[in-house]
Amino acid sequence: MNIGVLALQGDVREHLSALAESDVLARPVRRPEELDQVDALVIPGGESTTMSNLAITFGLLEPIRKRIAGGMPVYGSCAGMIMLATTVLDGRPDQESFAGIDMTVRRNAFGRQVDSFEAGVAIDDIPGDDFHAVFIRAPWVEQVGPEVSVLGRVTSGPAAGRIVAVRQGNLLATAFHPELTGDLRVHRYFVEIVRQS
Amino acid sequence: MSSSESPTSVTGTARVKRGMAEMLKGGVIMDVVTPEQAKIAEDAGAVAVMALERVPADIRAQGGVSRMSDPDMIDGIISAVSIPVMAKARIGHFVEAQVLQSLGVDYVDESEVLTPADYANHIDKWAFTVPFVCGATNLGEALRRITEGAAMIRSKGEAGTGDVSNATTHMRTIRGEIRRLTSLAEDELFVAAKELQAPYDLVKEVAAAGKLPVVMFTAGGIATPADAAMMMQLGAEGVFVGSGIFKSGNPAQRAAAIVKAVTFHDDPDVIAKVSRGLGEAMVGINVEEIPQPHRLAERGW
Repeated sequence: MNIGVLALQGDVREHLSALAESDVLARPVRRPEELDQVDALVIPGGESTTMSNLAITFGLLEPIRKRIAGGMPVYGSCAGMIMLATTVLDGRPDQESFAGIDMTVRRNAFGRQVDSFEAGVAIDDIPGDDFHAVFIRAPWVEQVGPEVSVLGRVTSGPAAGRIVAVRQGNLLATAFHPELTGDLRVHRYFVEIVRQS
Repeated sequence: MSSSESPTSVTGTARVKRGMAEMLKGGVIMDVVTPEQAKIAEDAGAVAVMALERVPADIRAQGGVSRMSDPDMIDGIISAVSIPVMAKARIGHFVEAQVLQSLGVDYVDESEVLTPADYANHIDKWAFTVPFVCGATNLGEALRRITEGAAMIRSKGEAGTGDVSNATTHMRTIRGEIRRLTSLAEDELFVAAKELQAPYDLVKEVAAAGKLPVVMFTAGGIATPADAAMMMQLGAEGVFVGSGIFKSGNPAQRAAAIVKAVTFHDDPDVIAKVSRGLGEAMVGINVEEIPQPHRLAERGW
């Protein structure tokens, strides 16, 4: 099994190491031919407008959309969640996404960097304690389509109740960054999705 | 971690401050002095903009005391773009930093490009919710800044020159000193900490990890896509470009080219392609021709 990490910009290294620690071969993907060599893709945290810009420029937007339509498993954290959404609010007018998960995501929804926070999040399907989740200028999910399962919401603080983890078929997205905390449960959950696909 | 240990949400932690810098990796942060320039930077694919009153080349040319920007100008830039906005405070000027935090900037650069406000102390950056980036010419300086609470480091170049030579010197110095630490025996790290004038625990952490505990960008004198790509190959995790973009002939195109060159920093074909037809680069000054007292990189201690 080969899992790629979209390496246009962002915290690529942290996802590569989280996958390596989950015992899968992970490699960076920056070119269409590198995409062809992977069975699944992780879209890292970063700046979604930059990723969108570079994905268009380097010819990855349509190939990734096609692979998603063909059932390729994809996991996106933070900017990766934005890149997976069918509708993005508060983005740039020319911002494009891979439009995989039928949801409306609001960019920087929790506020600016001074509002970035850590909080507990319980995720359905993933047993154990609440996730100690790190939100950095994070998005939230405002609306989901009928095919989408809501897996997690913020459990405490002023943003309690906001949807921050979703799954639709082989596509998984979190508004927070499990790759920053050393908690491998989300990556292992994704690897399981890839195994079963 | 169990939920009982994190009953409520917390802001301003080291993790969200350092994590913010992790999200900027592989990206370009561009100096801008107007909302229009900020838009050009965002259009080009910048991961963030640095709002300041004058780019370093003009600070250098015009002289005088250089300070934090006008809050109206920072507000204008914050409302013009959706990407993160950084702004500069003078070294040691904790009230300028408090003002920037209150304006909602996403990162404060405690910068040697502005005139220092305190020739002994830097800002106590732990006291803030907003994260800080600081410059460093060597590993000891970087570790002292991290000890004071910096959540991101940029190796210093000589700002406003378009001469990349100091950026390479400082990046090579920091990376070389880190490599040396990793080769030392554990009982040699005490003296290493003394020589670096940095806390032993932090020195030990760097020796074990082979890298700084925070993200390290490069800055100062970067004027071309090839300059940016070289700094990435030398180990920078991202690039600040100051005067290099808006002091050039075609800022929009040069900005976009530098963004692409950073992502594909190890692919000469891409760098060659994006380097074509960019028009005039900034004219530049050779660092060697700048008298010692006017060298900005030497500010900071």
